[in-house]
Amino acid sequence: MEFEIVIGLEIHAQMKTKSKIFCNCTTEFGRPPNSNTCPVCLAMPGVLPVLNKQVVEFGIRLGLATNSQITRTNQFARKNYFYPDLPKGYQISQFDLPICEHGHVDIEVDGTSSRIGLTRIHMEEDAGKLVHDDSAPKSYVDLNRAGTPLLEIVSEPDIRSPEQAVAYLRKLHAIVTYLNICDGNMQEGSFRCDANISLRPMGQEELGTRTELKNMNSFRNVQRGLEYEVRRQRDILLDGGAVVQQTLLWDPDKNQTNAMRGKEEAHDYRYFPDPDLVPVVIDDEWIARVEESLPELPEQRCQRFQDKIGLSADAATILTSERALADYFEGAMAVYPNAKKLANWIMTEVMREMKGKEGMSIATFPVSPKDLGGLLAIMDKGTISGKIAKTVFEEMIASGKDSETIVKEKNLVQVSDEGEILQMVQEIIAANPDQVGQFKEGKTKLMGFFVGQLMKASKGKANPKMANQLFGKELKK
Amino acid sequence: MKLSQLTIHEASDLLTKGDISSVELTTDVFSRIDQIEDQVKAYITQNREPALQQAEAADQARRDGEVAPLCGIPLAIKDVICTKGLTTTAGSRILENFTPPYDATVMEKLQAQGAVCLGKVSMDEFAMGSGNENCAFGTPKNPWSLDHICGGSSGGSAAAVAADECLASLGSDTGGSIRQPASHCGVVGIKPTYGRVSRFGLLAFASSLDQIGPLSKDVTDAALLLNGICGHDPRDSTSAAQKSEDYLAALQDGLSGLTVGIPQEYFGPGLNSEVETAVRHGIDLLVEAGATIKEVSLPHTEYGVAAYYIIAPAEASSNLARYDGVRYGHRNSDADSLIDLYRRSRSEGFGDEVKRRILIGTYALSSGYYDAYYKKASQVRTLIVNDYTEAFSQCDVLASPVSPIPAWKIGEKASDPLSVYLSDLLTIPANLAGIPGMSVPCGFSSTGLPIGLQLQAGHFQEATLIKTAYNLEQRLEITNKKPALG
Ligand SMILES: [Zn+2]
Repeated sequence: MEFEIVIGLEIHAQMKTKSKIFCNCTTEFGRPPNSNTCPVCLAMPGVLPVLNKQVVEFGIRLGLATNSQITRTNQFARKNYFYPDLPKGYQISQFDLPICEHGHVDIEVDGTSSRIGLTRIHMEEDAGKLVHDDSAPKSYVDLNRAGTPLLEIVSEPDIRSPEQAVAYLRKLHAIVTYLNICDGNMQEGSFRCDANISLRPMGQEELGTRTELKNMNSFRNVQRGLEYEVRRQRDILLDGGAVVQQTLLWDPDKNQTNAMRGKEEAHDYRYFPDPDLVPVVIDDEWIARVEESLPELPEQRCQRFQDKIGLSADAATILTSERALADYFEGAMAVYPNAKKLANWIMTEVMREMKGKEGMSIATFPVSPKDLGGLLAIMDKGTISGKIAKTVFEEMIASGKDSETIVKEKNLVQVSDEGEILQMVQEIIAANPDQVGQFKEGKTKLMGFFVGQLMKASKGKANPKMANQLFGKELKK
Repeated sequence: MKLSQLTIHEASDLLTKGDISSVELTTDVFSRIDQIEDQVKAYITQNREPALQQAEAADQARRDGEVAPLCGIPLAIKDVICTKGLTTTAGSRILENFTPPYDATVMEKLQAQGAVCLGKVSMDEFAMGSGNENCAFGTPKNPWSLDHICGGSSGGSAAAVAADECLASLGSDTGGSIRQPASHCGVVGIKPTYGRVSRFGLLAFASSLDQIGPLSKDVTDAALLLNGICGHDPRDSTSAAQKSEDYLAALQDGLSGLTVGIPQEYFGPGLNSEVETAVRHGIDLLVEAGATIKEVSLPHTEYGVAAYYIIAPAEASSNLARYDGVRYGHRNSDADSLIDLYRRSRSEGFGDEVKRRILIGTYALSSGYYDAYYKKASQVRTLIVNDYTEAFSQCDVLASPVSPIPAWKIGEKASDPLSVYLSDLLTIPANLAGIPGMSVPCGFSSTGLPIGLQLQAGHFQEATLIKTAYNLEQRLEITNKKPALG
């Protein structure tokens, strides 16, 4: 039997605001436990939330960038449940009046584009974290994250494959980072997603029983987790079994999903409007102001890279897939304006260096865009050869120094002095009479051998063009 | 006359003249407390040392220059208002040892004006009750008759004022919790417009209904104290941006041009005849002062109690979720799992009435019941607002009883919570609509229990209430009567 895959994603994007959503505490990551807290986010008795308007502004930005309708009168609601990471015993969220509804984004997989609907985007606060010490056994509560603003983006069940899910996720990731509302860091959890997955026989209208998949903290894990879950459900159905509705955790080490215990049972969240917060009214003027200040979005930047900079569609798509990468490219271009050569270098050398290295991303790449531009510039000037450039590049990654310093320190300047090279050419000819004889007999392929010898002798610094010319001349003698 | 018997404005005059010091005044109030607190039991926590230091500082400030009218005035604070460094229990075991590291906005305001905090006074646990019989630390007594309730939930606030255990006090009012004890104890109490006084630092019972207000010995003091605590607060999103006025300016003699509405539904069956007589007499005095009387109707009054006992418990069930034993407050030490910790800590920490309301509220918000209860109650609320809008198109202020009955005997209604709920019938609508209400003494029952007259006005019309109440007070022959205590 053939099955159709039905996936919907819920994305939680942590907002890059300086302070939390309902108090003045900083949202800085990595501080000692419970240091980013105050009576409000600790839910001490008698304290009250005050909305950080920036979160609304960010919500409008995201709404505009995803073709959503912006809700004019926003209401916050309380989602009630008990858990130690939730100090108030309720999460302030939005329920029947979310800030955005009815949006969509277009994605492309293998040349086929599709439109994924966005049911809603709503504002809410993040919970804290529990740290379990199983040996004690003890559990500790860290409320640094409690009250960090989130936008939850809920898609329609329009996604039909794990590849589409990843493409959709990448698209939203690009949008929120381009909008500068979220740092997009999946490892630290500032951009995370849960998936609802079900299968149904091809052609059937009614949805199958779904499972919810959590804990996929990279694009790769989303792909693998979803593939696994699709396979698991298909096997169950083909065996004549029934999928059990449950929440599953992806285990990237064991490459499998496990049922989640505890917290996530059937909950009645008893939503009701939060009486501590007055409705937030968004007027035309506010929307217009946000629209005016909207930064360039991925699609627009991709088009500009083709039209104004002259990159191919493929190169433009790759370079604009991530805001940080496109920023890197443009940063290097300020120093080195040969766009095509720069694009190639980034797509080959830079991306090769990043590939497969844990925790390495363009944002943390050790060679700054300015230094990369500088390297390509001295290569063009002839100060170093293309081959040496790659050595220098590796050294730049290792040491963090700029290209000129490395070239100077290691004495890597290309030798373009004709007399100096000529001397070496003559020495090599003298030292290899057999090869010279064969060359003269017509085995011209040996030119490679001679140049190679010269490069070896010059430690790669000889100007290869000049070496070729001089060998040609000398071997004719 | 003893200093503790002074009103704020009398004491303020003497302080200004230099006839007395705040230290003398505060010391005298503490000796009054020493003398009768055993009988009244108004206080949960006394703040002796710090209060005397505050009094000294106030005296110094007064010597140094011009001060606010509340400078050096000893006040009692309902134990639901956060006081930095001073235990704040909300009358509950669960917060028995809780000391807030911050002050409520009203406390910051009072301190900035140099007021003296005598201590924290008794209340029904988390402000849930009408007789102050639901306090984990004992029931305060009505100073006029020690075997009667002093009203609730701000029972300690009203009893302390009536017994001269403070010059005035702060209470909070969610469904009548300032007005009703004020009425039962023969003092003045104002529930301001929702949003007029900041709720920051007020332990929430029902966030959309709660409001802090003054209880005092006379109308002038209520105006003075309201002046001292009102105003916009950026820390409370529901705080009104509207500027507050000087309520002392409202203390003018004569009510000509004022139309007093008499809501017929407030004089229905169940109204005690002695209460009715006293209130009708009070209304006659308003007419004497120049007011015109008009019969009006608030047809949805009878649904107020039902709507209130959905909305208030619903909000409370959520507001009280934070008392879970994890971060502060009572925590059971034998719990063997997280759920067990929650269950035991909350079972031990909360009293019966609080549990009852958490259960009602949780039920009312549950999926499948939300529309029938919470949503319906919210719709009733809108109807009650509309009733008032209609009424205030015909009159400036409404006059009625506060409570349909005088104070009952302590324990008399312990097994009948429903009849206690119903006694809030006449005070609840003002909270549902967010309008200001006031209780001002208008007489006594045949057994010597005080009876209050309730005034209600449109949003932010506190000045109208104060002016009306002041004229009643001026014409009433009972003002200087004191309970026979000690
Ligand atoms: Zn905070």
